[in-house]
Amino acid sequence: MPKTKSLPRGVAMVGAGMSKFGTFAEKNSRDLFVESYKAMTKSVDKGFDPAIIEAMYVGNFSSDQFEHQAHLAPILADSVGLLPIPATRVEDACASGGVALRQGVMAIASGMADVVLVGGAEKMTALNTAAVTEALATAADVPFEIPAGFTFPGFYAAMASAYMAQYSMKSEHLMNVAIKNHDNAALNPNAQFGVTIQTWMEGRVAAALKKGRPAPTWSTIWDFLHDESGNPTIAYPLRLFDCSPVSDGAAAVLLVAEEIAHQFTDHPIRIVGSAQASGSALHDRPSLTSIPAAKVAAANAYEMAGVTAKDIRIAEVHDCFTIAEVIASEDLGFFAPGEGFKAAEDGMTARSGTKPINTSGGLKAKGHPVGASGVAQAVEVFKQMRGQADARQVDGDVSLALTHNVGATGSTCTVHVFERRN
Amino acid sequence: MSNNVTTIRPFTAAAFNQYLAEHKLMTVKCSKCGGVYAPPRAICPKCHSEEMEWVEASSKGKLAGFTVIYSGPTFMVEQGFDKKNPYVSGIVELEEGTFISARITGLDMSKPAEIKVGTPLNVDFVEFGEGDAKKTYLAFKV
Repeated sequence: MPKTKSLPRGVAMVGAGMSKFGTFAEKNSRDLFVESYKAMTKSVDKGFDPAIIEAMYVGNFSSDQFEHQAHLAPILADSVGLLPIPATRVEDACASGGVALRQGVMAIASGMADVVLVGGAEKMTALNTAAVTEALATAADVPFEIPAGFTFPGFYAAMASAYMAQYSMKSEHLMNVAIKNHDNAALNPNAQFGVTIQTWMEGRVAAALKKGRPAPTWSTIWDFLHDESGNPTIAYPLRLFDCSPVSDGAAAVLLVAEEIAHQFTDHPIRIVGSAQASGSALHDRPSLTSIPAAKVAAANAYEMAGVTAKDIRIAEVHDCFTIAEVIASEDLGFFAPGEGFKAAEDGMTARSGTKPINTSGGLKAKGHPVGASGVAQAVEVFKQMRGQADARQVDGDVSLALTHNVGATGSTCTVHVFERRN
Repeated sequence: MSNNVTTIRPFTAAAFNQYLAEHKLMTVKCSKCGGVYAPPRAICPKCHSEEMEWVEASSKGKLAGFTVIYSGPTFMVEQGFDKKNPYVSGIVELEEGTFISARITGLDMSKPAEIKVGTPLNVDFVEFGEGDAKKTYLAFKV
């Protein structure tokens, strides 16, 4: 069990921005990173001179496979005019962004730097879906998991099958997570799928009529989600709307030592808990319905922050698949094992609920450019905690928030706890 | 005395696959604490001992989790699987108490909702390819 240490020096987030997430044929990862960097600089209330940035960490899973471009960090640093600062690419699959954030926290907490840029970027859509699926599969334990035919939807589907067998959940229950996350993404201008499932369904009907085809007879979104032509099965029991999309996008945040935060803003967001844990391949775990690394990272982050799950007002969790959000909501201690799917059904995780989860739309609907996701989660809590989330702003005071970022099926997990004082 | 120390295969993926080609599912057992693992490990994760040995698995297990995959990786497509001919990947709990990923055969994939976690299984070996390209895959059948 890794020891939990308190941060020897306070760390604050004073700027945060993201590119739009989606499919951008004309943009590569550096173009997207530049967009996110510009959005970040605009968010710094008092402005700052970029020359004071001392180091950069960037989360990126596999520009090598996706863009045939390795060694991305110095290229991204150069693209925003930050040479010759040290720039380091961090790779822990889909948790690369969360791990990069933690590297930035450690650089400042250790005293090695006062101002650090943390980024995340991934350009995935240059490859076709089959090639993307195979690139993502390299995040698994390749010699022992892949020969079984597993894909990433397949791994999470196997977790869902075990969850359904252990608890009273039906696969239909998972649709509540997708519906909620699309509702949130419809209010997020940077989301890849900025539409509700209702709007999506109506678009499908309109498109069929326009082409002179017989219109589908869905009368509610539940008809649509139950219909193979609307929501095809990808890896039973998971269907298309249970899966996050293939995405292009980037995100950037500016971290500074707490004692100088006032030079940047009167409303800094402190990072008070930062933890990371590692786990085995999916088959090497005592249970398929929980991710041990997530529980360890959560426990350590709570301990470092001196808070409990109950204190957390909102959370951005790693919903690469709908079942992943349900399991995350239990691993983080928000709901008891076997209760997470009921909480989603009862609206407890909606923006108006007691524990809003993925107000950004989550990976599911905001999009999942894998290396960027962990950093984009921090962008959302930055906005929510400062009352800048516009139409999707949650009610009341958001003084404590959490991000949870998972690599593969849980071989890596980072948890960060954010606090706003004042 | 049958001392086979010189013939012990290394605890590697290559050795595991060589055993599969011989139609043997092998686990690795820690000589110190008795922990049993599949896939193989050179160092015991429980007691950190480096004294490991290969032990053939009992061949029986049960289904701990599964999925029916309609869109698989290229090597599965090459083996004839697609939307109309899906396949099952699963996680199997061996009788020894350790788990492993494997293909699952002998299930009715037209009714995935009727596939039950906990279904008893027996080890099987699926071969694909000819000559030097022949590869043996771990499977369990109902």
